Amino acid sequence: MRSITVIGASLAGLYAARALRTQGFDGRLVIVGDEHHQPYDRPPLSKDFLTGACDQGQLALTDADDTAELYAEWYLGTRATGLDTGSGTVLLDGDRSLDTDAVVIATGAAPRHLPGQVPADPAETGVHTLRTLDDAQALRDDLARGPARVVVIGGGFIGAEVASSCAVLGHDVTVVEAAPLPLVPQLGEEMAQVCAGLHADHGVTLVTGTGVAGLQGGATEGRVTGVQLGDGRLLPADVVVVGIGVRPNTSWLEGSGLPLEDGVVCDAGCVTALPNVVAVGDVARLDGRRAEHWTSATEQATVAARNLLAGSTVAAHQSLPYFWSDQYGVRIQFAGRRLPTDTPRIVEGSVDDRSFLACYEREGQTTAVFAVNRPRPFMRQRRELMRATQPVTA
Amino acid sequence: MITVCRIEDLPPGESIRVTDGVPAPVAVFHTEDGEVYAIDDTCTHQDASLADGWLEGCFVECPLHTAFFDLRTGRPTCPPAKYAVRTHQVSVENGQVLLRIGVAEPA
Ligand SMILES: Cc1cc2nc3c(=O)[nH]c(=O)nc-3n(C[C@H](O)[C@H](O)[C@H](O)COP(=O)(O)OP(=O)(O)OC[C@H]3O[C@@H](n4cnc5c(N)ncnc54)[C@H](O)[C@@H]3O)c2cc1C
Ligand code: FES
Repeated sequence: MRSITVIGASLAGLYAARALRTQGFDGRLVIVGDEHHQPYDRPPLSKDFLTGACDQGQLALTDADDTAELYAEWYLGTRATGLDTGSGTVLLDGDRSLDTDAVVIATGAAPRHLPGQVPADPAETGVHTLRTLDDAQALRDDLARGPARVVVIGGGFIGAEVASSCAVLGHDVTVVEAAPLPLVPQLGEEMAQVCAGLHADHGVTLVTGTGVAGLQGGATEGRVTGVQLGDGRLLPADVVVVGIGVRPNTSWLEGSGLPLEDGVVCDAGCVTALPNVVAVGDVARLDGRRAEHWTSATEQATVAARNLLAGSTVAAHQSLPYFWSDQYGVRIQFAGRRLPTDTPRIVEGSVDDRSFLACYEREGQTTAVFAVNRPRPFMRQRRELMRATQPVTA
Repeated sequence: MITVCRIEDLPPGESIRVTDGVPAPVAVFHTEDGEVYAIDDTCTHQDASLADGWLEGCFVECPLHTAFFDLRTGRPTCPPAKYAVRTHQVSVENGQVLLRIGVAEPA
């Protein structure tokens, strides 16, 4: 294998490129990314970057030494528009193309929009989504214009973090969630209730059980003025943040012949239908599951590099799912695989203090662990779970 | 010099965060091999407490994004952390863990 092209110059793509080099690949390494920025870290975008506690420089995932060591050709601000697996060609915008022996797909995911909402310049409409540094900068600028009524649509982790950051900045914040309670699929009802309580603790209104019928203003009618709820209520709004989930960036692969189904379909080792094409990070659907977490993106990169260089699946990504979220001054951490029927038990601390560790149990066995402001016991439990659930493989 | 705790209160494999009498929080570790080390507590990557990390030999893994730091030098051995944490002098005298805050720049 003489050349490998990584598409997507963010967390998963960068880690895959690094892993390829560490694992001995010394051929031509090309990294293509449609953003103009060098790879940066996304989690702070909804947290410290939004509040101004950290700046762009602190988001960098690489520095000059790091980049030099990779010895890669970078095509930033360049979009991949297609993949011809037969001839080994990656098509780029501007009628360019790259010949390559192997491909790492790391194109991540993009925010969903409200039905019927045409994406427009948020600086003009006040309607935002949050995925990129440019998105975050636009939101930060908008919030800096003065006290605002902010409506966050979607009560997931990113929605909750944005709400928390806006509250820290002194805005009047309402979160709208279509389900009766946010985060139930991720955490189950009991722990989701705890997270919902955090909004109220900090003066943020949580409106649940109603969808959004539409926006007043926004798009072509100038700045947004309100959010029309499904139940008929109208929430006045100066700034709207839509956080209703993401979809994997696979449209550029249509027609490539690679199986796509809510992500790029791969086996447990990140390998697609072709042994010389692997997928990593938010875009990859491994063994029927697609993760949208920082840690899985980095771990998959190592596994994918190994399998790509081996020419077949010799290693599987079996790590325990893990994610964290920072909101309202508390750190939330979750690890494991829980079924809706697994029941959480508080093993340390108390919900009222917003500091506790809970273990989800199934027939007396711990299946997952959840912590609010208890990083140390969480780390131990996570380690134990990793040991218990991970057979040591080649 | 700061008296951290009695060594019995910091068994091998444990760590403690020191916040009193120090300019910035310090993490003190007692390794399984019986060595005691002290480093700046805050990860140089983002905002996590290394005292909450996972101790493995004379390395600690950051609880947030799993960067590894060498307790002897303060240097990270893998990304995402790029900069070293400061190391501090620590000793055990008469059963007490004693900490001297260094002014040296990170390695
Ligand atoms: C605001 C925010 C907060 C988050 N907070 C947390 C958190 O607290 N904890 C946690 O575990 N996870 C968090 N995440 C999730 C985490 O950031 C993602 O899981 C991670 O970024 C996935 O990395 P990735 O490289 O797979 O995808 P991405 O980071 O999405 O990168 C994909 C890259 O590919 C580029 N691209 C897409 N299509 C093309 C194309 N056709 N050609 C060229 N380039 C293309 C994209 O522009 C992008 O730069 C957060 C995410 C966001 C947005
Ligand atoms: S905060 Fe320590 S590795 Fe990120």
